[in-house]
Amino acid sequence: MLPADLKPELFAAYPPQGRALVLSHLEAIRQLPLGFVPSLLNTIIDYDYKFPAERDSTERELANLASLSPEQIKQWHQSFAQLSLSPWLEQFDWVNQPGQFLEMESAHLWSTHQLDAFRQAATEYGDRLRQAKPPKPIPVQRLGIAVIGQGVASYDATLFRKLRPHGTSFTNIKPENGISLLLAGVAVRAKAHPVSYGHWYVDGGVAAPCDPVLTCLSYQGMEPVRTAVLKNIESELKRPGMGPEELRTHLARLAPADLAIDRPSEPVLDRFQLKLLTEGSGTQIFSTTFAQWTAREVLRRAQALTLLVRFAPRQRQRPMNEMLASSNTAPEVDPVGSLVDGDMAAWYQWINQQRLPGAEKSSFLVWFEGHNQAVAIGPTMPRGAQSSSAFNLAELLSQITT
Amino acid sequence: MDGRSYFSGALSPENLSRIASNPREIPGILGRTRREFLRDAAGLALGSSLLGASPFLHGEAVAKKRKVIVVTFGGGARDQETFAPEGQENIPNLLHELIPQSSFFTQVTNRGILGHYVATASLATGVYETLNNFSAVPPEHPTVFEYFRKDLHRPSSDAWVVAPSNGFNRIGESQYRSYGPGLGAKVILPKHLLSAATSGGATDYDHLLRDNYETPLYTPQIGGGEVELQQLENILKLSVDDFTKHARTASSPDELSLYIAKRLMQQEAPSLLWITMHDIDIAHSGAYSLYVDAIKRTDRLCAELWKAVQSEPEYAGNTTMFILPDFGRDSDEDPGGNGFQHHRTGDAVSRTTWMMAMGAGVRPGVVYDSPVQSIDLVPTLGSIMGFSAGVSQGKPIQELL
Repeated sequence: MLPADLKPELFAAYPPQGRALVLSHLEAIRQLPLGFVPSLLNTIIDYDYKFPAERDSTERELANLASLSPEQIKQWHQSFAQLSLSPWLEQFDWVNQPGQFLEMESAHLWSTHQLDAFRQAATEYGDRLRQAKPPKPIPVQRLGIAVIGQGVASYDATLFRKLRPHGTSFTNIKPENGISLLLAGVAVRAKAHPVSYGHWYVDGGVAAPCDPVLTCLSYQGMEPVRTAVLKNIESELKRPGMGPEELRTHLARLAPADLAIDRPSEPVLDRFQLKLLTEGSGTQIFSTTFAQWTAREVLRRAQALTLLVRFAPRQRQRPMNEMLASSNTAPEVDPVGSLVDGDMAAWYQWINQQRLPGAEKSSFLVWFEGHNQAVAIGPTMPRGAQSSSAFNLAELLSQITT
Repeated sequence: MDGRSYFSGALSPENLSRIASNPREIPGILGRTRREFLRDAAGLALGSSLLGASPFLHGEAVAKKRKVIVVTFGGGARDQETFAPEGQENIPNLLHELIPQSSFFTQVTNRGILGHYVATASLATGVYETLNNFSAVPPEHPTVFEYFRKDLHRPSSDAWVVAPSNGFNRIGESQYRSYGPGLGAKVILPKHLLSAATSGGATDYDHLLRDNYETPLYTPQIGGGEVELQQLENILKLSVDDFTKHARTASSPDELSLYIAKRLMQQEAPSLLWITMHDIDIAHSGAYSLYVDAIKRTDRLCAELWKAVQSEPEYAGNTTMFILPDFGRDSDEDPGGNGFQHHRTGDAVSRTTWMMAMGAGVRPGVVYDSPVQSIDLVPTLGSIMGFSAGVSQGKPIQELL
């Protein structure tokens, strides 16, 4: 089947809001090439469970589509139309399984050396879309905070090497009550600029007490979800014919209700938590990976205005099979390795933050927990500079956000 | 569905509008960066001024005794953790011991599928293979081992592969008509041996038995020409007890691979030995410190292997060793990926690597920044060793001929 053959009844299995959205744009979608439509449908099929920022992005994309003439639609998507796809891709049920179609399309593009052409087409399309439908202005400048090194008494090597050139290095920070001060600071922001799923606190260990105005996720708090996912993986692996890709496809289709971890009041967050564990490699095993990947996804998907990520020591490397079997032996932790993980993750958090609208005005703070080292980045912070000012964390936060 | 679809990061719909616009110039920039670093830091000469006379002066007379070892610096390391200024602390042995003895190629691109088995198979055939990365299937095209053995009438004991995981057990020979079964290399899978030696039940060795960092739970069925347990004694001259005792001291699968490779050099002295390292692929777990630790370990193991070459009478003085990654890893800047963790975007950084050649017939201390492809390795080995890689789609690297 090709997009031109799409009919309303084919979307009967879509959740209600997503179905309404696709039906209201069906005429335009019919004009798009097969190399593009499943990507769009893969977004719409989960529309009911998306964050507000993601919904807005999808709506803007569809609004742009609706504003184009048939000739313009053809022009905008010409590069996708030029991709050579195989007949078996056309025959696949890409309406109801767009994610699986994308995996197969990816395989086809890799093996036929068309991946570069796809990347080029996607890049041009994205640039064009951003120009045609720029995102809305954000209500407050974005703020990211990474707290790394929990449990490390001393560390002699240089930290924050990648971030230092972009901001000011502080060498005399007062660490007392640092986490509480930072959490209080971000709660004040969240209350002043209330945005649904706009202000987050992610903890790689046990979450510190925080204001409910923040969306809070922690590695320990998600243990029931992790356990459910790992049990599901174990049981799937025993099925005949199960291989790495089959497992990946299975995990991609899992919904919270399949694992009995759904909460009626939190359908969006429940699904997000599950995705963190089914799409993120290593998030089930290493708390530092969980925190890094969660930060990436919170920024990419929810486009958080505020994101505080606190890294906790991950378990020492053990064989993955053993870890996935959830053996009862208490795992040892690796605080120094986790500090190195967190240092890199802070860099990634900043990079991901800077990909979002308003990057030129956003701020970022990374702090070595319990110690006096920090780097602050923002419009008011001199780049590559060093400061010995004896700020506490609240004062430092105030410095970079005012 | 097949193994290629695993590498679908660039296709995620969210990335459609967010993929970086860059990639055309990056391979050249990476190459120049490596060249400038090596010239400045290591005092190496630029290769373009040295082109002319062949480094392989002795031709066929030497070819019979020549040994070639290929080491893949796997699975995938980026410049910023290796040759970039901030990464050099991770590769002291490559930098200070091996590169001064090497011809170094700064710009090696892999235009194929960036999965470790399929990419290694492409390296070994000189054709960008499209096989399922996660299945134990043979390469579609003849391997370097088949060319070598068939053209030069070499016995099976003269070509060996030491590979990291069970998925590599079919890499020794293709099913290509007129080549294929019976003409390839013997493949030894140290972890498979260990598993057999411990009857699969000794948890002491679990840390060595992980098959694949990308798909940690998947172990393909073995169906190829792997060395059986009894061959431990017949070929490697090792008792099961000695082998397991040694394994107890190895900190990683690649350390075990090096141990096996050394035993092979002592007992079989193959003329063509291919060793695939894989520890670095722990990066897929997302723990940066483990990834860097693995780079440091691989750097050390490469130096240890070269030392072993010098100390083995069959190899000293007549061995050419090639070290190259199968590919890189995603750049920090590509929003389709997650930096060092994977190699799924197909961006220029993940496709652009390096290669060093050292030992017999190679000009030491020379840097070449002319672009070559990873599929050029096989025809180059053919020219060096005296066989024809007829089906390969690569070209011999002139600077090594």
